[in-house]
Amino acid sequence: MKRSIRTLSQNKTGPPYSDKITHILVGTATCGRAAGSMAVLEAIRREIEGLGDRVRLWEVGCMGLCSQEPLVVIIKPGDFSVCYHHATPAIVPRLVEGYVRGDDPCLELALGTVAGGNGEAVYIPELDIFKYQSRVLLRSCGYISPLEIEHYLASGGYRGLANALEMQPGQVIKEIEKSGLRGLGGAGYPTAAKWSACARAEGNTKYVICNADEGDPGAFMDRVLLESDPHAVLEGMIIASRAVGAKKGYIYIREEYPLAIERIRIALKQARAAGLLGRRILDSEFSFTIEMVRGAGAFVSGEETAMIAAMQGGRSWPEHRPPYPAQAGLYGRPTLVNNVKTLANVSAILQKGWRRFRDTGTAGSPGTALFALAGKLENTGLAEVPMGTSLRTLVYDIGGGIKRGRQFKAVQIGGPSGGCLPESLLDTQIDFDSLREAGAIMGSGGVIVMDEDNCMVDTAKYFVDFSRQESCGKCTFCRIGTYHMHSVLEDVTRGKGSAESIGALVELAADLKEGALCGLGRMSPNPVLTTIRYFRAEYEAHVLEKRCPARVCKELTAYYILPEKCYRGCDHCVLACPAEAVFSDEKGLKVVDQLKCTKCGSCELVCPAEYNAVIRLSPISLVPADRRTRPDTKEI
Amino acid sequence: MGYHSRRQPRHLIDILQQIQSREGYLSSQAMLEAAKSLNISSATVWGVATFYNQFRFTPPARKPVRVCMGTACHLAGGQLVLEAMARELKIEVGETSEGREFSLERVACIGCCALAPVVTIENKVYPRMTPPGVEQALVEIKAEPEAEG
Repeated sequence: MKRSIRTLSQNKTGPPYSDKITHILVGTATCGRAAGSMAVLEAIRREIEGLGDRVRLWEVGCMGLCSQEPLVVIIKPGDFSVCYHHATPAIVPRLVEGYVRGDDPCLELALGTVAGGNGEAVYIPELDIFKYQSRVLLRSCGYISPLEIEHYLASGGYRGLANALEMQPGQVIKEIEKSGLRGLGGAGYPTAAKWSACARAEGNTKYVICNADEGDPGAFMDRVLLESDPHAVLEGMIIASRAVGAKKGYIYIREEYPLAIERIRIALKQARAAGLLGRRILDSEFSFTIEMVRGAGAFVSGEETAMIAAMQGGRSWPEHRPPYPAQAGLYGRPTLVNNVKTLANVSAILQKGWRRFRDTGTAGSPGTALFALAGKLENTGLAEVPMGTSLRTLVYDIGGGIKRGRQFKAVQIGGPSGGCLPESLLDTQIDFDSLREAGAIMGSGGVIVMDEDNCMVDTAKYFVDFSRQESCGKCTFCRIGTYHMHSVLEDVTRGKGSAESIGALVELAADLKEGALCGLGRMSPNPVLTTIRYFRAEYEAHVLEKRCPARVCKELTAYYILPEKCYRGCDHCVLACPAEAVFSDEKGLKVVDQLKCTKCGSCELVCPAEYNAVIRLSPISLVPADRRTRPDTKEI
Repeated sequence: MGYHSRRQPRHLIDILQQIQSREGYLSSQAMLEAAKSLNISSATVWGVATFYNQFRFTPPARKPVRVCMGTACHLAGGQLVLEAMARELKIEVGETSEGREFSLERVACIGCCALAPVVTIENKVYPRMTPPGVEQALVEIKAEPEAEG
């Protein structure tokens, strides 16, 4: 059905789920699917056949609780709404029989209730993991179906566009300026300034690009938004195009996100059919179309000038700025490039007003920050917190602290361009400026927590290796600089480094920061610089003592079987060893032959917990001389 | 029709993506044809195609094995899983096994960080992998009867 400004403004908003029948929601974003949600969805579909119109099944997006997937929610009229975690096809008959047909909410299978309940079960919004969150971007994720435009409209969707069409373009930019919104792609540049530069630029042909090329290898917030609430992103794009005067938009999306591509494709079709895209949008004078472009897998394409080069059919090579894309971008025309999260915020600001947006966050960084929490945490998943929240709240209150009671070591923020921060900086508040001061960046929003079992030198090497492989090769500083930093780090982790290695790294980092052409190159030394700044002792242990304190670096670590703990009758380690390195001594106790060991860790994994006899030692000289090799081989 | 209907150099990546999704990889023949239809040099096509991680230049295996090397997977021991996979399949990263049954690739984050370390085999996700788990998974896969063709 075609809409107009008036029908949208008068549209009543409320829950998209009618209160006459039972609704079953299954989270089928990528993370849910990986945990098996499609099998659960199918099982439910089969099980409710025959119940006719009394129950409806919906696919929803991500609820943000990755560690609890697959998740199923049952909303029952007049009763409470219950969320079930770790769902499998096996529990489906019980759920349908119990709570869809009957009145037993099956609380033993539930994570808790989402609405209602009377103290019998956990009330999910009050869990620590949600209590500290403030959901602006995730406002509808996991609640509405991304496949239904009606759900988005019912939640107030596209009202922001209707409001924007009733304003002059300059007024729309004013609204964004008053909101204080800053770009969430990484750099935190004021959105309104970017918009007015593009609006002021000369020329009748202008473009808007949504940057959905999320390349940080530990971040998936943009993917979740695209998969869970695609219309929120499209609405933001249409509003932006209205503000800057563009008639054509592109959404540049990673080819590695097939589900997000599919859901955007569906959303675009729905928006066109509803008169929200195309000619004379909502019966106004304004026309705008959006085309989807699939990226081909290059990290550098996330840089705006490199993205434009890729869209023009060439190698994804960045360009010198200025001129900025806002002046001369795609095909040399003024082009506005905004990140997925920035655009989803735009639709929220135009729907609910800039004051509402400014209520959250700090004066310099209003709004929220959206993070993908991963690593050694109890609760992994998505978290959206007000700017100004401390890292400690993110790690301990929302993340639930470190798994298995291990010791916190560092939190890495911002991926390959970000930094590792230690315990002493956990009270740093999350906003663009405080994080930059600490040496990290807000960046893409990947947050990886590390514990005492993670080596900081190895971590730095990992990120530099990533930057090295993804370096586009255009400028020498990045191409050669990341290569050299990686080879120095490789030496350090292999025990071939020296006291000079650390100085060499700092020097290379300074050159890269100054000389590299684009932001990705200039920021690639951040993981190295922050680990040297905060964990220098670990570097020194590697180069001076040939010791890896976390016992991660292979060349500096040996597997050793404690004779006093080994139970001679058990052959687990012998059978698991792919290198045939484990043998029995004359007493039947197991010994690892250091000459044959490939350090794959299989023996440590299979040694039964009641013995726990396999340990790692670093430096390798700690292995007793008489238990290093088979007696018949020469001493090493 | 297909990709020949949009003959502009700016569509090159899109055209290569279409060829790969149809044929599974970019053959020299297909790249030469693309160059001709766009009236650009074959060197340009080769330069662009090899720039991006998505494109492959050899026929794909029937059961592609992808080991995730995202940050969370790396910290959870992804490297050991990758090495175990190479050992068990007797191929290195980027190679294809004899008879094109398996290929081995390392991929950047597939977004299942909560399940790290993760491996996908024929698009099925294997969560929380370990070196012994690799062996087990491959035994199961090799035991399954293979579909014809």
